[in-house]
Amino acid sequence: MLIQLKDIKKVYNQGKPNEFQAIRGVSMAFEPNRVSCIKGSSGSGKTTLLSMIGCLSRPTSGRIQLGEQVISSLPERFLTDVRRHTFGFIFQRFNLIPGLSVLENVMLPAYPLGLPYKKLVDAARRLLQQFNLASKADNPIEWLSGGESQRVAICRALINDPKILIADEPTANLDSKLSNEFMQLIAELRQSGRTVLLTSHDPEVFDSTVVDRVVEMRDGVVLADVG
Amino acid sequence: MLLFLRKQKYLIDYTLSSLLRRKGKSLGLLAVYTTIVFMLASVTLFTHALRKEAGLMLQASPEIIVQRMQAGRHAMIPADYLQRIGRLRGVMQKAGRLWGYYYDPIVKANYTIMTEGQSDTPLTEIVIGTGIARVQGLDVGDYLTLRSQSGEAFSFQISALLENDSELVSADLLLMSPKAFRRLFSIPEGFYTDLVLSVRNPREVNKVAEKLSQLLPDTRPILRDEVLRTYESVFSWRQGILFVLLLGSVLAFVIFAWDKASGLSAEERREIGILKAVGWETADVMRMKFWEGMVISLTAFLIGYLAAYGHVFFASASLFEPVLKGWSVLYPQFRLTPYVDGLQLATLFFFSVLPYIVATIIPIWRTSIADPDAVMR
Amino acid sequence: MRKSNVFLVSVSLLLVGAAATLIDAGLRRHHAYSQIESSASLVRQLGLTDLALFTEARYTRHLSLSDLHSAFQDHPVALEHFPSGSLLLPPQRMP
Repeated sequence: MLIQLKDIKKVYNQGKPNEFQAIRGVSMAFEPNRVSCIKGSSGSGKTTLLSMIGCLSRPTSGRIQLGEQVISSLPERFLTDVRRHTFGFIFQRFNLIPGLSVLENVMLPAYPLGLPYKKLVDAARRLLQQFNLASKADNPIEWLSGGESQRVAICRALINDPKILIADEPTANLDSKLSNEFMQLIAELRQSGRTVLLTSHDPEVFDSTVVDRVVEMRDGVVLADVG
Repeated sequence: MLLFLRKQKYLIDYTLSSLLRRKGKSLGLLAVYTTIVFMLASVTLFTHALRKEAGLMLQASPEIIVQRMQAGRHAMIPADYLQRIGRLRGVMQKAGRLWGYYYDPIVKANYTIMTEGQSDTPLTEIVIGTGIARVQGLDVGDYLTLRSQSGEAFSFQISALLENDSELVSADLLLMSPKAFRRLFSIPEGFYTDLVLSVRNPREVNKVAEKLSQLLPDTRPILRDEVLRTYESVFSWRQGILFVLLLGSVLAFVIFAWDKASGLSAEERREIGILKAVGWETADVMRMKFWEGMVISLTAFLIGYLAAYGHVFFASASLFEPVLKGWSVLYPQFRLTPYVDGLQLATLFFFSVLPYIVATIIPIWRTSIADPDAVMR
Repeated sequence: MRKSNVFLVSVSLLLVGAAATLIDAGLRRHHAYSQIESSASLVRQLGLTDLALFTEARYTRHLSLSDLHSAFQDHPVALEHFPSGSLLLPPQRMP
């Protein structure tokens, strides 16, 4: 699914003394079935851009189009619906929910869909199997190591079978070996026909052969676009 | 429909997991909540049943009692008042009653002595209520000595005990013959404690009472309806007092619940953010929080109610006994007949479950409408 | 077992318990008629007017028959049936 951005601007705290312009007009397109990485230092606006593409927030002005659908003007309800079916998210701090088992964490995004329980459990177990976590399925999430938590986060992002995977600084909490492994997983995901959008300031990520395209941002504008 | 149920079950799954994560806190909350419901339910059930039972039993009490007043105090009424009343329209029967109180210094209890039967009842025989029998350790055939007005000791043989079933009205009763009563308390013939009139038609009661106060200006008629009303208000009042006492703890609980719910911790805020980010709608988050309130309050309500039912109707409200007993030595042993109706349950439910759910949902609503991208920052 | 199932089953059991109290109440009320009848016949026979619940003083024993203003006359710290009794303390020392 083609993602098109047209003259996107995002202003926080508009009209207040602490007004802050995070994105100052970005236009670009992301082709399907490719791995793109947005790089830049913190505060460059890469995370904000990603959250707008992922329907987590709305641009102040400009237009975001997902395939044929303009999503930047959709009301909350529909936005959630689009988000749920189109995007899978992997966050910098994994954002897994403590107190839940590994399996429950993976199933979480599918709860509001009301699938039959057995079907959902099977799907979640299959994913865990695929990521070598089958034996940990019923453990509390707190028992897992950083690398395992990351893989659980990927499973969770995939449970609703999204077309587009969004990962915000996915390797920030991983050592270089685990980062490498993560990039291999990303390669597999692209192979299965998914679009992947990453942000990172980790060379391990944006210099990786897995990444097809690197967009560099600074102060809310695109500096360079390679690939 | 099936889809809806499945969704709710998932939400309950989630809610239970997050409650179990804070196990100590959740269980503590549940325990406090259950205790409060238990207290409220016990008071309501107990007073309601007692009021109902009193009403049914006292339905049979005399329609009008005529008391003579002297200087604002109850005084003996001369028997010729019966003649002075003469023939009042609507009065079916009229009779003088002899009764009084006897303080037993040995067990420090007050007895109510009533007279029964005709003059041929043996002078030295009495019938006592089971309460007295219990306190004194007496049984049929035993002797009970009462000290008369003039200081003489009178011995009576117990010929029978009043029925267990009627203990609520008869625990402290001591029945003797009128003759023995007069001798014991030095009451001359020709005087009664009060007069009892029975009136067939309830609509005539007020008219009779009116005529009585004209005929006998130094008397006070006490109507059965007033008696029943007194009981209604006495129990309402005692219930009210208990409620006021409970109000403190209820308020404390409400503050606690409000604080817990409204002071969303950073952790909970983050959790809601994550849920929204992974695809939950605001409505889903609120439904989940609704279930959280529901799980706690429904469980507390049901356990509290069941415990209260057992307490009041199986354990004879043993926790309330000290309150009701006050300073009395004689206390009836009775098992209340349960009077529970849907309205009562609904009221209890309404006042115990709803406020909590509202208190948990409202603050959540404020956070969950925020943009979910907060988790990424 | 799934958590929601555990919860739903236990709530159902509790609900059954609550329903059982209503049934129990109905049954016991049915049986209680004879008991109430025996009390009522005693009430009728003796012209009783009050419950033997508060026997500590005569104005509490026979609430309905007591002089209207007879608080405190039997026991200085008896539990009171007038609301004011909970506000006014009994004298600490007799003069």
